[in-house]
Amino acid sequence: MAGTGTTRTIKLRIKRYRPERSDEPFDQEFTVPFRDDMVVLDALNYIKDHIDPTLAYRWSCRMGICGSCGANVDGTPKLTCALYLKDLRRRPVVIEPLENFAILKDLVVDIEPFMEKLESVKPYILRPDDRPLERGEYRQTPEELDLYRQQSLCINCMLCYAACPVYGHDPKFLGPAASALALRYELDSRDKGSEERLAAIATEHGIWQCTFVGECSVVCPKDVDPAGAIQQLKTRAATRLMKAMLLPLAPR
Amino acid sequence: MDRLSYDIVIVGGGAAGLRAAIAAAETSHSLRIAVVSKVYPMRSHTVSAEGGTAAVLRDYDSFDQHGFDTVKGSDFLADQDAVEFFVRRAPGEVVQMDHWGCPWSREPDGRVAVRAFGGMSVKRTVFAADKVGFHMLHTLFQTSLKYETIERLDEWFVTQILVEGGKAVGVAALELRSGTLHAIGAKAVIIATGGAGRVYEFTTNGAIKTGDGMALAYRAGAPLKDMEFLQFHPTCLPVTGILITEAARGEGGYLVNNRGERFLKKYVPEKMELGPRDILSRSIIQEIREGRGFQGPYGQYVGLDLRHLGEDVINRKLPMVRELAEEYAGVDPVHEVIPVRPGQHYIMGGVHTDITGFTGFPGLYAAGETACVSINGANRLGSNSLSECLVFGAEAGRSAAAYALTVPAVGSNPVSALVQLEETRIFGGLLKREGGESLAEVRGEMQHAMEEHVGIYRSGETLEKALARIRDLRRRWERVGVRDKDPFFNTELTATLELDFMLDLAEAIANAALLRRESRGAHSRTDYPKRDDVNYLHHSMAYRTPTGPRFDKLPVKVMKWQPAARVY
Repeated sequence: MAGTGTTRTIKLRIKRYRPERSDEPFDQEFTVPFRDDMVVLDALNYIKDHIDPTLAYRWSCRMGICGSCGANVDGTPKLTCALYLKDLRRRPVVIEPLENFAILKDLVVDIEPFMEKLESVKPYILRPDDRPLERGEYRQTPEELDLYRQQSLCINCMLCYAACPVYGHDPKFLGPAASALALRYELDSRDKGSEERLAAIATEHGIWQCTFVGECSVVCPKDVDPAGAIQQLKTRAATRLMKAMLLPLAPR
Repeated sequence: MDRLSYDIVIVGGGAAGLRAAIAAAETSHSLRIAVVSKVYPMRSHTVSAEGGTAAVLRDYDSFDQHGFDTVKGSDFLADQDAVEFFVRRAPGEVVQMDHWGCPWSREPDGRVAVRAFGGMSVKRTVFAADKVGFHMLHTLFQTSLKYETIERLDEWFVTQILVEGGKAVGVAALELRSGTLHAIGAKAVIIATGGAGRVYEFTTNGAIKTGDGMALAYRAGAPLKDMEFLQFHPTCLPVTGILITEAARGEGGYLVNNRGERFLKKYVPEKMELGPRDILSRSIIQEIREGRGFQGPYGQYVGLDLRHLGEDVINRKLPMVRELAEEYAGVDPVHEVIPVRPGQHYIMGGVHTDITGFTGFPGLYAAGETACVSINGANRLGSNSLSECLVFGAEAGRSAAAYALTVPAVGSNPVSALVQLEETRIFGGLLKREGGESLAEVRGEMQHAMEEHVGIYRSGETLEKALARIRDLRRRWERVGVRDKDPFFNTELTATLELDFMLDLAEAIANAALLRRESRGAHSRTDYPKRDDVNYLHHSMAYRTPTGPRFDKLPVKVMKWQPAARVY
């Protein structure tokens, strides 16, 4: 960012982890120039460019859509590109890697477990038949689109997993974002794979684990409401189960 | 170092790369395909595209109309056979995306909706609100998970294309989390790493857009085409460069100066806010130079006024514009004018390919913004680039697959030996460097030089200055030290490699711009203000040599549409 003459500074305390140097994470403080239009990511970039180039963190779009730059800031999971320093009250500002994930280096966490969960919910259109492309698109009204639009807005930023106490206790728990994505396809009028998908998620570590704490929906930067999504999935899975018990021979 | 082997390696996991992967997987189940990306695919910069993707879907539209709009927009530098191919394939790709679940916005009757866009003579831009790139990327990524033959190597940074006997035989890639350099053998390599906006200071492009794929192909021996043509998008938020989509104007937004006038009536009276991007960006600079801009804390800007659209239209069709304006400029477009100025957005140039995505270098393919087919010529029309990623991504995937099926297995050939040199260069050389130059400083000076001297307007004088600066910065790069000595997740090391790539591209861009002594599309030479079809109706082809780029010419394929004055 272009600098203009100001001498105000702000102190940040960053939790660092350098597995080649020490077994334990340690805190390091940095003082950086501060303007009202600076977001937390700007401060991290300032440190990397001008103070300590070894600081490791992920970022790219700096406009809240690529989902790379999540971190715990003053204890709350946030996108660092969308959080203004001037809105933070505590000094120093405390920046830590997202909770509930293994740390690879500094603020970089291991999201491989999420990638597996994402894949497990079969996040794609399932149909026994696919109409030839020459016959055009599947008709879907704006109202049908609205049914799943909210769940389609997830940017996979991981803030919900960092906020979820159930995931903190049970790393196998399917968790908020993957569940919301499952519901996104469940509610899509083009999808016919409900049976297969619900079977994949209504498991021991699937949606039933959720105790509806709701923190995931509080921290979600895109208002996806994963907590609500999980409740909807539970209803759908329960209905499927009931049908199976009451009408064992009926087509489901 | 260890060794992996695939039939096809795709570098880049954005729209073009993922579309290529799926097309290759559908061509033959016997092909093993790897998508290698320096980020998780859903972080790719496709995610930031906002406005839409163009395709002829309505009775009132025609392939000829889309074709002509594209060729005229390109200032007649596009290859017309490529444009014809492109416009005919785009509708099928949009339908394919629907079948894969893309949440396209809809008409009340359930058809995919279309909106107006700059330089398009009718409504043909398909959209998913104003998060089109985001939805397309996630749809493609999630769909790609269905295919068992597509493997992903996420957060692997490709440092080199491996070449043996004049053919691409794989890539060398640094696995970030382990800090290991791998040799990845492949019968065919597809480059799909997107643009190079970070060569500039003020850009809409994310941090990862460092042109890696262009530089990789250039170093392997493939030519870069039309690098002098950079697109400056008219409406970016001051300071951050965050893009405010053209859809804001497509939906009826106004551009206004400090007198509240819709000043485009002086420049593009017929098209007004829906004029092409090159002309609109120059018009804004002109207004500012003549004292009719607004003064902000970080320089001058003009206004994008959406207030008359009303809250409902803004929320339904432009939710991201509202989100970005509120979040990053502190204005609510329902009640206030959004401050905007032009910024680097796209590069029309790139790795030379034919219509099939083939670069001419055996085994090497390219698609998307990285490539230059060229359908965009001297100026791309908004919403043609996402369609380009789909059409030519798929085509490159199919061609690479067809080629890979004819090539014998990459048996025990010496890709491991090839990568040993690369290992020495990176771990023995770069990582051990103790030089006194700062990475951020050298990068910052390159970006500033490009902004100052190779911007919307350039001249022989400014371009010579830029080249001198770039050559000096290249020498300084050799002395950039790397303080982080840990091999794994070393973002200082990867940033040093990225800067190495960008310096190559900056040199090619400035050189190509210097050689083109005319003004065409987005290339505006103040010393040669007119288009010159007699001497410059050709593509510029840059080949890398140890002393800088060597240039060749390639004729433009003119078929249906003869070059004419470009009036809007």
